[in-house]
Amino acid sequence: MDAHSQALGGAARSSANEWLGRRLPWLKAALFLVCLLPLARAAWLLAAGEPTNPIEFITRSTGTWTLVMLLATLAVSPLRRATGWGQLLRLRRLLGLFAFFYASLHFTTYFWLDQFFDWAAIARDIVKRPFVTLGFAAFCLMLPLALTSTDAAMRRLKRRWGQLHALVYPLAVLAVLHYAWLVKKDLSQPLAYGAVLFVLLAERALRRWLASRRA
Amino acid sequence: MLIRHPDEIAPSEITPRELYLDRRRFLALGAAGALLSADALAALTARKSVYSTAEKANSLKDITGYNNFYEFGTDKADPAAYAGAFRPRPWTVTVDGEVMRPRTFSLDELMKLAPLEERVYRLRCVEGWSMVIPWIGFPLSALLKQVQPTSRGKYVAFETVMRPNEMPGQRSRVLAWPYREGLRIDEAMHPLAILAVGLYGDVLPNQNGAPIRLVVPWKYGFKSIKSIVRIRLVEKPPATSWNLATPNEYGFYSNVNPAVDHPRWSQARERRIGEFFKRDTLPFNGYGSQVAQLYRGMDLKANF
Ligand code: HEM
Repeated sequence: MDAHSQALGGAARSSANEWLGRRLPWLKAALFLVCLLPLARAAWLLAAGEPTNPIEFITRSTGTWTLVMLLATLAVSPLRRATGWGQLLRLRRLLGLFAFFYASLHFTTYFWLDQFFDWAAIARDIVKRPFVTLGFAAFCLMLPLALTSTDAAMRRLKRRWGQLHALVYPLAVLAVLHYAWLVKKDLSQPLAYGAVLFVLLAERALRRWLASRRA
Repeated sequence: MLIRHPDEIAPSEITPRELYLDRRRFLALGAAGALLSADALAALTARKSVYSTAEKANSLKDITGYNNFYEFGTDKADPAAYAGAFRPRPWTVTVDGEVMRPRTFSLDELMKLAPLEERVYRLRCVEGWSMVIPWIGFPLSALLKQVQPTSRGKYVAFETVMRPNEMPGQRSRVLAWPYREGLRIDEAMHPLAILAVGLYGDVLPNQNGAPIRLVVPWKYGFKSIKSIVRIRLVEKPPATSWNLATPNEYGFYSNVNPAVDHPRWSQARERRIGEFFKRDTLPFNGYGSQVAQLYRGMDLKANF
């Protein structure tokens, strides 16, 4: 690439980024609606009486979308680095909060519809069943992240905010293990999500390693 | 045409047909039936059985749309989606091994071994859900008596058909195909153990194990092997598919037992499809008064 086309590429990149910045409120609103689509679809299917085992359906649907939102959240930074569109970062909080939203629905389905507030049975499950232990641990790690997602918390915590939010990495690993541990035999789905997570984490590790070599 | 004898009640009388078959589905079934031989075309007539439960049966939609039949895929919607290309006729079942008279039976011969009965049974899946299903079939013992097991025939080994072309799930290696299951001979001779050839008054839909499958209602569903082509009498406990896959999770017996949890989840309760609250799981799936004596003196935790 010669200097001229590089400059052109840079210009296109920054103008795209500026466009993103100008349209940010609209983009956020659109993304918000997109993130609600899985819920709308599930509600639609339930209202139509489609799922034979509705509670299993809700559990699986909300669990799946928690994981998807979580991975989407983790994909924002690599995508930003790849495109140079810094404005993308401003969509990340929305995705993260939707991950928490679907996780809350997922957990509520479990203790309300599945276990019907049988707290003794729930406590037993959390202690005895590794897949529930892992899911519960992942959910617990989400709580401080959701609570400190505001601008005010970000300002107050300063550097520690970044350290705290690095919890998202172990959390995501726990979530994938939770899935892998619960399937009866066919690991293809959890492996697919695991592979995406692996790429997202490997990109970060690789970048750190390269940075440390340069330093 | 249904020809009714006084003691024969068509299963379709118990739940009015139009309640469980919507019109379009009924027409589709009719069209599929036209391709089959004459006796398959006839709705099955079966007598009532004292072994049936009075509980309300699940709808045909539930029974045919929510299946574990990994030969067609691991999702419970897969069998209904992908079993359409499966050809359940013509069909034979070979019965051999430790028997006096090994023999291959055609499906029509099998269906004439004993009068067909409707058996409304509870089915409890190892995953923690259950249904009530109006099977049509005959006692497995009727078949075994035909071949006369020898004294060395202590176990019965079953095998599902191997047809990767028609069964897409067999092209991936989730389980060691063909699917295999087994019973002890006294379990197999028990009057509750049946070979089912139909449900809800019709021949078995492909996704439910057409054209002939085992039903052992006091064991977890996976013991009730589908689309059987071979039955062998053997001296030693035969290898079974789920046991081969995960021996610590699925034992040879796999009797329904609320006191013995699956290593990864509880078996104490179950969700009956169509019900909101979970219900308690019963030992031997509620058939304990009939079958518990088969296991007298056995440690059911060790022999899970
Ligand atoms: C970050 C948190 C979590 C994530 C990402 C997550 C994700 C998932 C996923 C992907 C599934 C499987 C969906 C499928 O089969 O298609 C699932 C199922 C399930 N999860 Fe979670 N989960 C989380 C937290 C929890 C918590 C806190 C609990 C309960 C304490 C829980 C209990 C369950 C149960 C009971 C199932 C269904 C198991 C089955 O169908 O057999 N999960 N979850």
